[in-house]
Amino acid sequence: MSARQSYEPVIGVEIHVQLATATKMFCGCELSFGDPANTHTCPVCLGHPGALPVTNARAVELAILAGHALGCTIAPRSTFHRKNYFYPDLPKAYQISQYDEPVCLGGEFVALTPGGELRVGITRAHLEEDAAKLVHAGPGGRRAGAESSIVDFNRGGTPLLEIVTEPDLHSAEDAVTFFKQLRLTLRQLGVSDCNMEEGSMRADANVSVRPVGSQELGVKTELKNMNSFRFLERAMEAEIDRQIAILEGGGKVTQDTLHYDPDSGTLHPLRSKEEAHDYRYLPEPDLVPVVPDPAWVDRLRAALPELPVDRRRRWMAELGITFEDAEVLSESAELATYFEDLAARVDPKAAANWVRGELRAQLRERDEEPWESRATPERLAGLLELLDARTINVPAAKEVLAELIERGGDAVAIVEAKGLGQITDESELDELVARLIADNPEQAQQLRDGKEKVLGFFVGQAMKATEGRADPKRVGELVRDRAGV
Amino acid sequence: MTEPLWELTAERAIGLIGGGELSAEELTAAFADRAGNDPWAAFLAIDREGALERARRIDAATERPPLAGVPIGIKDVLSTRDLVTTAGSRILEGFRPVYTATCVERVEEAGAVVLGKTNMDEFAMGSSTENSGYGPSRNPWDPDRVPGGSSGGSAACVAARQVPWSLGSDTGGSIRQPAALCGIVGMKPTYGAVSRYGLIAFASSLDQVGPLARTVRDTALLLSHIVGHDPMDSTSLEWREPIVLPDAERVDGLRVGYVEELMGEGVQVGVRTSVRAALDRIEDLGGTLTPVSLPNTEHGLATYYLIAPAECSANLARFDAIRFGAAPPEAGGLVEQYERARGEGFGREVKRRIMLGTFALSSGYYDAYYGQAQRVRTLIVRDFARAFEQVDILASPTSPTVAFPLGERTDDPYSMYLADVCTIPVSLAGLPAISIPCGLSEGLPVGLQLTGPAFSENRLLDVAHALEAAIGFDERPEGLR
Amino acid sequence: MAAVIERETVEHVARLARLRLGPEEVERMRQELSGILEHIELIQSLELDDVPPTTHVVALQNVLRDDTPRPSLPRELALREAPAVAHDGFEVRGWIETHA
Ligand SMILES: [Mg+2]
Ligand SMILES: [Zn+2]
Repeated sequence: MSARQSYEPVIGVEIHVQLATATKMFCGCELSFGDPANTHTCPVCLGHPGALPVTNARAVELAILAGHALGCTIAPRSTFHRKNYFYPDLPKAYQISQYDEPVCLGGEFVALTPGGELRVGITRAHLEEDAAKLVHAGPGGRRAGAESSIVDFNRGGTPLLEIVTEPDLHSAEDAVTFFKQLRLTLRQLGVSDCNMEEGSMRADANVSVRPVGSQELGVKTELKNMNSFRFLERAMEAEIDRQIAILEGGGKVTQDTLHYDPDSGTLHPLRSKEEAHDYRYLPEPDLVPVVPDPAWVDRLRAALPELPVDRRRRWMAELGITFEDAEVLSESAELATYFEDLAARVDPKAAANWVRGELRAQLRERDEEPWESRATPERLAGLLELLDARTINVPAAKEVLAELIERGGDAVAIVEAKGLGQITDESELDELVARLIADNPEQAQQLRDGKEKVLGFFVGQAMKATEGRADPKRVGELVRDRAGV
Repeated sequence: MTEPLWELTAERAIGLIGGGELSAEELTAAFADRAGNDPWAAFLAIDREGALERARRIDAATERPPLAGVPIGIKDVLSTRDLVTTAGSRILEGFRPVYTATCVERVEEAGAVVLGKTNMDEFAMGSSTENSGYGPSRNPWDPDRVPGGSSGGSAACVAARQVPWSLGSDTGGSIRQPAALCGIVGMKPTYGAVSRYGLIAFASSLDQVGPLARTVRDTALLLSHIVGHDPMDSTSLEWREPIVLPDAERVDGLRVGYVEELMGEGVQVGVRTSVRAALDRIEDLGGTLTPVSLPNTEHGLATYYLIAPAECSANLARFDAIRFGAAPPEAGGLVEQYERARGEGFGREVKRRIMLGTFALSSGYYDAYYGQAQRVRTLIVRDFARAFEQVDILASPTSPTVAFPLGERTDDPYSMYLADVCTIPVSLAGLPAISIPCGLSEGLPVGLQLTGPAFSENRLLDVAHALEAAIGFDERPEGLR
Repeated sequence: MAAVIERETVEHVARLARLRLGPEEVERMRQELSGILEHIELIQSLELDDVPPTTHVVALQNVLRDDTPRPSLPRELALREAPAVAHDGFEVRGWIETHA
């Protein structure tokens, strides 16, 4: 057994998502991404003397919505604390966050995997404000060799939901699966756009390893700055390997905070000062408790749309589609709705094939999404019915689809107008086949001698003669009959 | 008119302006002249031109606002847009806020004219105004004595008739105690009555803005324009019953409890005598007197000196010389810049309290200090609740002493803290209280503190008004005779 | 309990609070804080396990704001009071120690 196999990784994650509100957590400044620096600030989010925070109601609502999706208990009362530390991106030198009374407590998130289900305990989810953006401007300024950084407070004060999981994940792969499905869920609920490149979803991971079979937790390290799924997986893999190597070498893992450098693929410890973790939490005197009306909480729960995990499960069980189809087709709420609409009209498996395959392929070239396309589920269903009834063949169907995407309309009318309908008159086909065999005696003989490949020749000739309107399968059968094979 | 304009109360001035006998500009000019000559160092900044300009605009307007262009002094802890606001600290030297505090906006909308910013203990930490980064204010009754604090400038400027009234802030007694020491009226409203938006925070769970004036009716009038909910302050309250101008002459049936713990040895004899005499007036006016015990009063100071510094340590962390403030000293690293900007920008008392608060919150000490203080705070709140089951209002001295000499307590922080022993428990319980002058001791004013249950402002003002007339305090500082 | 606070504690707390104190200031602070703590420590002996803490004296809850944008400051005003400005932002000079 290799060293890798004799250890079990134990991973818990902390995820910060920016809530999809119009304004900041504690002031009325509009949220923005990519706007000119320091154009979305006010005395509150600049931490000016005398300014006071007021909680954004929509942020609380989105946190409750997320809490429901995470199977959490919505706290009957939650409060804010000040988390004190000095840093230029933190204007008040404290972050308003929730501490011992978070808005969501104790839940479980279920993600589907090809092999089954992945259940991850949710410790808590709490509201807080984001820091500003600090850009290192490099050496400059007045003194030789002096360094300079610039703070842009546009992002400062953005509402965040921090989701903390139990250490229930046991591989980097599972962590990524969890992360992706959580992202999908939060996006579909409209809680956050979870755009990792723009930093609206960020993950930290606590990683430790222990000998397989052990119940004790090993010493954990904290991994930061993983701003893509790829980095997340690589960083965790690297850390698991590093810890195993230390333990195998007889060493001890130290409780560090590590920063992942995507360029080198390595992890660096952050310089950690002894006081860095003494946040001197203080109940926020400027804010009063949030005590959500139970009726409101229930209403939000009742209004919760079907979660992606439930939808996938249902599709697999009721529509008989594969895990992979379900995964792809539920990537967005719009796509899922499109697919469901179509699957209600035609064979779900065919619907899945066409949406995943030809429809997306043709739309990709036009940079369109299925749900905004002229090829509505109703129209596509009309097309798939013609195919199912063998009125048209597959190549013709693709041509009709192109027409539907281009101009919309009705599949039957397009087939008629373009004369794409298959020849249904058996005698017409029979005559054609008879003629082909008569005209190509050499090939007919080869077929009789067992050269199966020649069958393709006759089908091709028939398709050519009918401009694609023959049913290739039926032509093959007729050729065999006529040739006496 | 024979008496100088600066002798006018706000109420009389409004009457004269309303009657067309006086213009806002004349009135403002008279007070501006007087404030311009400021041997008491009551002001940190005077905006004479701005004030006259606003007064002229009020005179020219067709509709006269309720406060009719009466000048006002604003404690420098309140943010005033474009007008330098320092909170008495060198760390904010030259700082021009980008917005105006809600309460200042409200008095300006009502027609008051901001004449200047008044001196104070740095960040409102102190009881003598000696902690000001710009030098101490002096007591108009005796320039060698302190005016009290931290709203010492706001009290001195009213006592010296540089303005008829002013706004101050009170965290542990900072309106009431200087009002007492300067022989004027000062009121701390119920916590949440006045918006704190724009009030540079010292201890957020205690800070309240309130009025200082020479009469109870002026105090009531100013208060009536600043109370009420502000959407910018989550802790501000809906104010359902408007503040009305008091006119009571008697207090028949009123049950007054005097606080036993605050009538003993810790209080100067002269102060006790004055306060007792005032209590007798309550009986003359038809009220009854009973002794009441607030047993946790003895823990008030300790509780306050944990809670307030803890909150201030967080509130003052934002002064880092990045978004505002003086340029930080040249230094290699950021930590060093922070440490030097703050180490050099804050005065001694402020640093002491930041240290005390940081210590009380730091890991390992939270429960023993800050957590414990919050629990004692509950006991103090309960003491008052129990007392108000027996009586309608509570009476005590405002300050255990009359104004003390400059420099007397600056080397012993705890002796300075004792100046607020009578006012702190009220602050911890978030209750409204008013201080009115009730006599002289050693030729210096003594203050009587009346405390009521939350939202009892109108009743307190009524009682204070009746007592004010009965006491008939018409003494004035020597220099103002 | 002896209310004596040690020099090291003063230095540690000063660092937490980002206050530079000179050597003499440290000693004076040590003495003053010790003196104040001596008075304050009396409340530590009170038995208060069953007394809830008071964080707010007003019984308000659910003070929430509609998610409606309000105008932000013009950038010139936002930057007006900053001691150092560069690239339309607040400039922080000197190297920044990474923090965990
Ligand atoms: Mg966080
Ligand atoms: Zn803002």
